[in-house]
Amino acid sequence: MVGILDVDLCGPSIPRMLGVGRQEVHQCDSGWVPVYTDAQKSLALMSIGFLLEDPDEAVVWRGPKKTALIGQFVSDVAWGELDVLLVDTPPGTSDEHLAVLENLKKQHKVDGAILVTTPQAVSTGDVRREITFCKKTGLSILGIVENMSGFVCPHCSECSNIFSKGGGEELAKLTGSIYLGAVPLDPLLCTSIEEGKDFIQTFPDSATFSAINIIAQTLLTCLQNS
Amino acid sequence: MKYTSCSFHDVSERQKQHMARGLPKQKPIAGVKQVIVVASGKGGVGKSTTAVNLALGLTANDPSKTVGILDADVYGPSVPKLMNLKGNPELTDSNLMRPLTNFGIPCMSMGFLVEDVAPIVWRGLMVMSAIEKLLRQVDWGLLDYLVIDMPPGTGDVQLSITQNIPIAGAVIVSTPQDIALLDARRGAEMFKKVNVPVLGLVQNMSVFQCPKCNHQTHIFGDDGARALAETLGVKVLGDIPLHLSIREMSDRGQPVVVASPDSPEAEAYRRVAAAVVQRLEELSG
Repeated sequence: MVGILDVDLCGPSIPRMLGVGRQEVHQCDSGWVPVYTDAQKSLALMSIGFLLEDPDEAVVWRGPKKTALIGQFVSDVAWGELDVLLVDTPPGTSDEHLAVLENLKKQHKVDGAILVTTPQAVSTGDVRREITFCKKTGLSILGIVENMSGFVCPHCSECSNIFSKGGGEELAKLTGSIYLGAVPLDPLLCTSIEEGKDFIQTFPDSATFSAINIIAQTLLTCLQNS
Repeated sequence: MKYTSCSFHDVSERQKQHMARGLPKQKPIAGVKQVIVVASGKGGVGKSTTAVNLALGLTANDPSKTVGILDADVYGPSVPKLMNLKGNPELTDSNLMRPLTNFGIPCMSMGFLVEDVAPIVWRGLMVMSAIEKLLRQVDWGLLDYLVIDMPPGTGDVQLSITQNIPIAGAVIVSTPQDIALLDARRGAEMFKKVNVPVLGLVQNMSVFQCPKCNHQTHIFGDDGARALAETLGVKVLGDIPLHLSIREMSDRGQPVVVASPDSPEAEAYRRVAAAVVQRLEELSG
């Protein structure tokens, strides 16, 4: 049982990616009911996207308001029994990050952070700061994912490293973190996400799926060992 | 206790005065003629790369114009890397920070003020005061255009900048996919709320051409920005293709407009710069 908490208040993308863009949040005795993506309730989701009248509306808030809402997301959502809660954060190291960490630590153990980077220097440069942020706040780093790592031309199968390659792995070595794996640039993955379709169901044989699978397995092993 | 009765008019007047006091007054930056902000809403769409190449495109098209870059992305300052600049700014006699210059473009960034790996873990209020410094305590000299590279999102930094200085226009960068465009639309809405004209959209990473077989793939979707531009009633200022050289040169701190001026990518950026100038003239005329 997995939950996703989307604290990217200015750019909540997850509802749309999971095909639940226009859902409403209901209340129950124990708090806000998260939105489930299927009848089996295997994936629970909470995002500001569900609370806005128009989910495409701009959320132009200063820090204190963001912090307050995130506090509510952590304490007032009736998540139920979850094996893993994944938190999607916005870029940077700001109010949202501080708020979610502070609130989570009050009631739960925070197992760690996964850092996602694209391979090029401008990206790994920013992620180095994120790594320092994790170290300073005592958040252990579960590993680094190198995203958009290489593109295979559908026509001739030539692999082009549009955003470079290996930057994520290098960063992991440099900072003594675990390298979880690389995910290639895949237009099919992009379209699936755009349309809110389950990529893993639709393209189980793709190299991208196996890459994501490896990352998930490595992560689960890390979590079980810690 | 003595209560004085007051008319409804008095109360609303007092409220208006109170509200007006709350918001800072917009004051132009000394010496800067026009401010262009480059924003996106979504992270990772190539805002900083576009801002840097836009600034260089403006001077390439008209070498008589002076252009500066302000990197307002305090959490992820990319401009130093993209412009191959490093070091702490010197202070002038009047205690202003001297921008660092490369390729003829003076630049200021939080990246010059902190270590390479240090995170900026600041809450909104501290960020506001840092932005204030980056806006007002820099010795820009005389600039025709100041290009401001905004951080992703629609929060404190964006509000602080738009409330503090008059902005000639905003360029919104997006990749073609819907997920990015949704955030771009939020960005555009934000600018509308604060009365900043949106000059147009730049559709970044529009198409990839395989270097081996020249087959074109729309990795991030197909021309979505055009539809959004129409809905918002703004122009598409240009399409920038996904090309290895842009990233390769960016990583080396050699923006494509100066490193490879005859390439189609450089031409694409110069076209965006020309479209920006034209839109600015249309707005002021």
